[in-house]
This record gives sequence, structure tokens and C-alpha cells, in this order.
Amino acid sequence: MSDSTATVAASGPPPVGPDDSAPEVSGLRKVFRGSVGRNLGLVLALVILIIVGVVTGGERFASVDNTLTILRLGSVIGVVSIGMTFVIIGGGIDLSVGANVALASVWATTLATQTMGEDIHWIIMVGCAILVATCVGLVNGMMVAYGKIAPFIATLAMLAAARGLAEIIADRKTQIITVRGFLDSFGSDVFGIPVLVLIFAVVSVIGWILLNRTTFGRRTFAVGGNAEAARLAGIRVKRHTLWLYALLGSTCGVAAVMIMARTNTGSSTHGMLYELDAIAAVVIGGTLLTGGRGTIVGTVIGVLIFTMLNNIFTLNNLSISAQAIAKGVIIVVAVLLQQRIADRSRAVT
Amino acid sequence: MATAAPTHLMTMTGIVKLFPGVRALDGVDLDVQAGEVHCLLGQNGAGKSTLIKVLSGAHQPDEGTIHWIGQPVKLPTPMAAIRLGIATIYQELDLVNDLTVAENITLGHEPSRLGFAERRTERTSAVALLKRLGHPEISPTSVVGTLPAAGKQIVSMARALSRDVKLMIMDEPSAVLDQGEVARLFEVIRDLTANGVAVIYISHRLEEIRAIGDRVTVLKDGRTVATGLPAKTTPTADVIRLMTGRNIEYVFPPRSGQAFTGEPLLDVAGISRAREFEDISFSVHPGEVVGLAGLVGSGRSEILETVYGARRYDSGSVSVGGKALHAGSVPASVGAGVGLCPEERKGQALLLDQSVVSNVTLASLRRFALGPFLRRRKETQAATREIETLDVRPADPQRDARTLSGGNQQKVVLARWLLKGCRVLLLDEPTRGVDVGARSELYALIRELASSGVAVLLVSSEVPEVIGLSDRVLVLRDGRIVHDGPAEEIDESEVLGLVMEGSPR
Repeated sequence: MSDSTATVAASGPPPVGPDDSAPEVSGLRKVFRGSVGRNLGLVLALVILIIVGVVTGGERFASVDNTLTILRLGSVIGVVSIGMTFVIIGGGIDLSVGANVALASVWATTLATQTMGEDIHWIIMVGCAILVATCVGLVNGMMVAYGKIAPFIATLAMLAAARGLAEIIADRKTQIITVRGFLDSFGSDVFGIPVLVLIFAVVSVIGWILLNRTTFGRRTFAVGGNAEAARLAGIRVKRHTLWLYALLGSTCGVAAVMIMARTNTGSSTHGMLYELDAIAAVVIGGTLLTGGRGTIVGTVIGVLIFTMLNNIFTLNNLSISAQAIAKGVIIVVAVLLQQRIADRSRAVT
Repeated sequence: MATAAPTHLMTMTGIVKLFPGVRALDGVDLDVQAGEVHCLLGQNGAGKSTLIKVLSGAHQPDEGTIHWIGQPVKLPTPMAAIRLGIATIYQELDLVNDLTVAENITLGHEPSRLGFAERRTERTSAVALLKRLGHPEISPTSVVGTLPAAGKQIVSMARALSRDVKLMIMDEPSAVLDQGEVARLFEVIRDLTANGVAVIYISHRLEEIRAIGDRVTVLKDGRTVATGLPAKTTPTADVIRLMTGRNIEYVFPPRSGQAFTGEPLLDVAGISRAREFEDISFSVHPGEVVGLAGLVGSGRSEILETVYGARRYDSGSVSVGGKALHAGSVPASVGAGVGLCPEERKGQALLLDQSVVSNVTLASLRRFALGPFLRRRKETQAATREIETLDVRPADPQRDARTLSGGNQQKVVLARWLLKGCRVLLLDEPTRGVDVGARSELYALIRELASSGVAVLLVSSEVPEVIGLSDRVLVLRDGRIVHDGPAEEIDESEVLGLVMEGSPR
């Protein structure tokens, strides 16, 4: 309410006093105006889900172990979703992320098991996975930015091609990782927290900083919000788009390493339908599919909502099909809710 | 379509249309007879577009009456107007580019049986209409997007004729056509009027009005100042006198008064772009405001965007401060200190969902970078300084750009280039969508910028604005500069004569 009165005062003739009509923004209000306020609906949904979990699952749900399980399950798709957030805010989309994860995983494990033998240092394997996935992202970016192919089509083609290439490389076999040190490094816990969860946390924090505190992030909003305006302001829109897809590619590489650690294998079937889960998490998180608006915090909450939902269904012995239905409903409800809140906040300002 | 006696087909009396803060139409009278070509003249902002929208059912008048063949009518929707037989051919043709000619012509009333489109009927009726319009060479099965502008216009007219049209409104149909195409368009119009269809024809080109028009109505400040003038015989001087001398509620700041000699800051030498403009040369000195006047389609915006590097010229050169600009590169131009405030503020300049700060600093992000990081406090401080200098209201740097008024949005775009410290400022329609009160303020601001040593190149559809704000005026006609001289030595009617007829009166 105080916002709207301030508007009236400010848009009229200049106020007599020195800015005494400016809205006094209290600390609490500031918080609600910030990322928490914007994601209020999401936080609410998460809380409701937790209550449902506690009621139906009791101690099995509310235990430390189960919490860590949820986080561990969500961390792989979470890392991909962080990258996806950038691409979608930048006005694009990438359907090839799951295939990219598979390709990176088999490329790295093939390198380890066949080309170089068992005495390979695990870090080379990790480097290989990230490099391969980043290159795939670069090719996507090239096709979209310089080839002017619609992102949906370009990355759909990459989805098919990358998965096919992964099958050829792996010869459709699941490759077991025998490299010493790899599992010790990634399969372990640090202070009781799984390394996978820590990676997700680190990627999220880096993503948040990159989006909100750097020139790169600011340009991402500009390119996705109004590409023509960005171009006429002197921003190299094509080059920026290329980097966005490369960034998402690199997060796919990290995700590939994580899935290799979790399953101890590299396989061309890794990352199936990751594109759908990641896009759904990003959209539930309040990022506009048309670009220009979105948050990392929202995406993280979106990922948590999805994995927690899976967890609750599993604990209650409900079928995977029922899960899928619930997911669909949640996507629609979340997007409707987000729209309502966005409309209202726009009406107030 | 029986030929009626030359009676009043449509009569408008005392039409008033209010928009917040403006009387867009303030008592318009217009009567159109069956079978005539009635020309509508008036400067930009005189109310022509609003009048068309009232007549096509897109806007509702606040006062006044419309009679259609003697009966008072209301036009609550565009569909109501179409049902009566009023068709509008807009400047931006409202065709679906990916459908075929025949599909476009029957769009909205497709012949069908049991829900299946009768494609053969559709095609034969399209062929008949195109033949009637004298363009049997247009194939009903070709995709509209592949047609040239003239062909699209014919399709648009065929669509109007596919319903029983009695009054066709054409809004600057010749702006996108070359001479031969205009001649053929006139044949079509003559054929239509011979069959009793009335045409309201809007154009700024007097020779066209003389060639095709029967009667002329002149609008000024939303009022009819003359109606029923004979199109063929009314002297040009009379027409221009009626159009000029508009009430202007805003004031222009005094010109610098100095003679601009010495090295120009912006030097454009003989640039051309196929089908847009040819051999354009001019220069702008520091502190000088140069205005570019011309009709829609004369190439003014294209020239501005080419100078800026957003389009690539075919030949010629552009240099700033003696150094040639890299052709076709916006970043190079921005780096050399050139800034553009584009015509479509919302579509081409602003991030509507982002804060004022983000909008102001968009072109200067590197200055606030510490490595990859953005020093946000410095950024906000700098942006706040600029919006205080320009008096953007409300002075809240965190507000979304969407919530600001047109004038304040324009100031935000100006602030972007002020912050960048640009030396050459290209302004395309800087006061479009800006209310009268804020205009004077913008004018003063632009003059102030020039006084600080910036070279300003201004494009505007409003002739008084070009003359009032500039030190020197260039007049464009059909992509060529036809006049280049000091603003004090030319007046509104001379500029109008140049753009409308190719000679000063």
C-alpha cells in the first residue's frame, strides 16, 4: 500500500520536502521485495510438501539420512538446472542436456578403461567429461547464435546426435569405472555431507554470483529480455549466446562426473529425460520461458520440490506412474501461481 | 454493388476523441460520397490515424455522430465496420505471411462445407478478385511472404473486396511503392470508384493527391480546418497554409547562434543502401543539432541506423572525429562514442522488466566491472547521478522501466548515453509517445547536451520539431537529400513543400 501512495506523490509535481515522500523501505520489506519475496509461492509449496512428507512418512521422512538422500538425488539434475537457468533467461532452450551428460560420461570412461588403462589419474577423467560436454555446448551455441537455427531445433538435433555418438563410443555397454581415487573422491562424505551435495551447493552459489553480481549475468538478462535493445546498446549478443550454451555444456560435464560417481559407471543411457526435468525445475522456479527474468534461488527450490516429491512417493510405495501425474499437475499449478504473483507485483509497482 | 446516386455515403460530424491528457480529435467533420476519392491531409499528429481508427471501429469516439447512408450508426468493433462495408488497408499490412494469397484473401470467412475448407472455391474467387484489381499475374497459391510490398497491398485490397466493401480507407499506400507501382495502384482505385466504391486516401505527396483525388479534407490539431476542397485545382500554397501553424504548446530552447566551422565530429560521406537511400553526405559539428526531415519511407530511420552500424552500407564511409568507423558494427560505433536513441523505445531500447539502473548502465557495464564482477554500488551511484541530472521522475533507480511514462523512459535512454559519455547522439523520433508537457523539457535537455559539445543528429516526423530544435535542417525525399541549409532560413511550409512535392512550394 505505501508503495502505491508513493507513486502518486512522486509522479505529480515535485514534492515540497526533500524526498520525505520517498517510500521508507524497512528491513523486513526489503527481504520480501528480494528473492525470498519473489519466490514466496515456491517456499510455500516446499513447506506444504514437507508437511505432507512428515504426515505420511513420519520419521522415515524427517530423518537426517532421508534429507541427505533427497539432496543427493537432486544434486545431479540440480547442477544441470543451474546451467539451464542461464540459457532460458538468455532467451534460449537446450533439449540436449541429457544426451550431453551421457556422451560426456562414456567418453570419459572409455578414455579411462580402454585408451589409457587403469593407472590414469581420476582428474583426467573429470577434465575429459567437462571438456567434451562444454564442446557440445559450444556447438549448440554456434548453431543457435551464428547458424540462426531455432534453439529448439538445433538442440533437438544435438539430442539425437549426441546420444547416438554415446552409443557408438560405448558400444551400448555399461562401462564400470575402476579408476582408483575417483570413487574415493566423489563417493565420499565431507563432515557427513555427501560430496555430490557439496558440488551442487558450490555450483548453485557460483551460479548465483555469476547471474547477480557479474557483467555476464547482467548481459544475460539484457539479451533474453530484449535482444534488439541489447544489440543496439553495443552488447555482442551472438557471442554472449554462444557463451551461455557453453556454460550449460560445462554444467552438463559436471553432472556427468556426478552421475558416474553415483552409479560407478559410464553409460549411454545416463541422463535420460534430464532435459524435461531440468526445464521443468527452471520453469517451476519462476524463470520465464521467453527469457529476461528468472532466479537461481527459484531453480534450486524447483529442483528440491521435484526430488522431494519423488521421495515422498517412494516412501509411500506409490507407483512411478502416479509420480509422473503428480509432477505434471505441480508444473501447471506452480506456473499458474507464479503468474498470479507476478501480475500482482506488477500491478503494485 | 449498385452505383448509387452521388449521395452522402458516410458523414461524420463533431467527432471528439480523448486520450489521457490529449484531445486527439477535437471536432472532426468529414463527409464521403459514393464513388469519390477523398484525400485526407494533415501533418503528423494532426489526428489522421485516430480518425481512421474511429472509422474502422478500433476506437470509440467520445462525442459526435457517424451517419452511414443516412442512418446513424455506431461502430463498437472492427467487425461492425467490416459488416457495414468499411475496409481499412493499413500501412503495416495485416496479412499472414505464411499463408497463401487465396487463404489470406478469404481469411475470417473461408468458404467451407461441413468444416472442410473449399479450396477450389477459395482459389477461383481469389483469381477473380485479383483479375478485377488488374493483377492477374499474382498466383493465388503463392505464399504472401514472398510477394513484394506492392503485391501484398493488392492482396490486402482483394481481401477487402472479398467482402462487399463500400468504403476503402488507404493509409499512405504509396509509402512502400515505386512510381510504376503507384501508377498501377491508381488504375485500380479508378476502377473501384467507377463501380461506386468510395476511397479515403491518405498521403503526404501532393502530386498523388492531384492525380487521383476528387476532394480534400485538411486536419490540424484534431480539427477539420477545410473540407470539400477540389483536389485538382486548390493551389499548393493554400493547402500547405491550412496544414501549418499548428498550435504548439511547447517551446523550443534558443539555438546556439554560433557558426559551425572547423572539423566536423560526425562525417558521413556518400553512403548508399540499395532500395533505401542513395549518396547521403552530411556532417555534424560538436555542439550542433542537425535535423533530418522526410516522410515515412524516405529512408530517415534507415540512415540513422546505418550511421550507427546497425545496418551495413553498400558504399561510402562514416567517420567520427576523423577516424573511419568499422562498417556495420554497433560495438565499434559505441566504442567511438556514438549513441542511438531508437525509434521504437520499448522494442529497441529498453529492458522493460529491469530496473532503471540496469537500463542506464547497459552500454557502460565494463566501466563498473572489477574483473568479472559488477560493482553494484558504484553502478547505482552513477546511474542515480544521471537520472537526477535528467530529472527522471520518480527518481527511484530501482523501479522497473515499464512503470515510467514515455517521457521519463526516453530520459532513461538518454541517460544511458550520457553515462557512456558519448560524443555523437543519434535521436530517432525522440518525442514519440511523449506527452506535451514533457516535450519542452526534452527539447531543453537535447539543446543542453549539444551545448556541452555533443553532436546531435535528429530524425522526426514533426516538421516544427525538426526546425525548432535544429541548427541545420536536411530534407529527404525518396532516399536522397534535397535540401541542406540553416534552420533559420527555412520555414515549416517550405519543408512541407519539399517533402510533399519536391520543391519549396
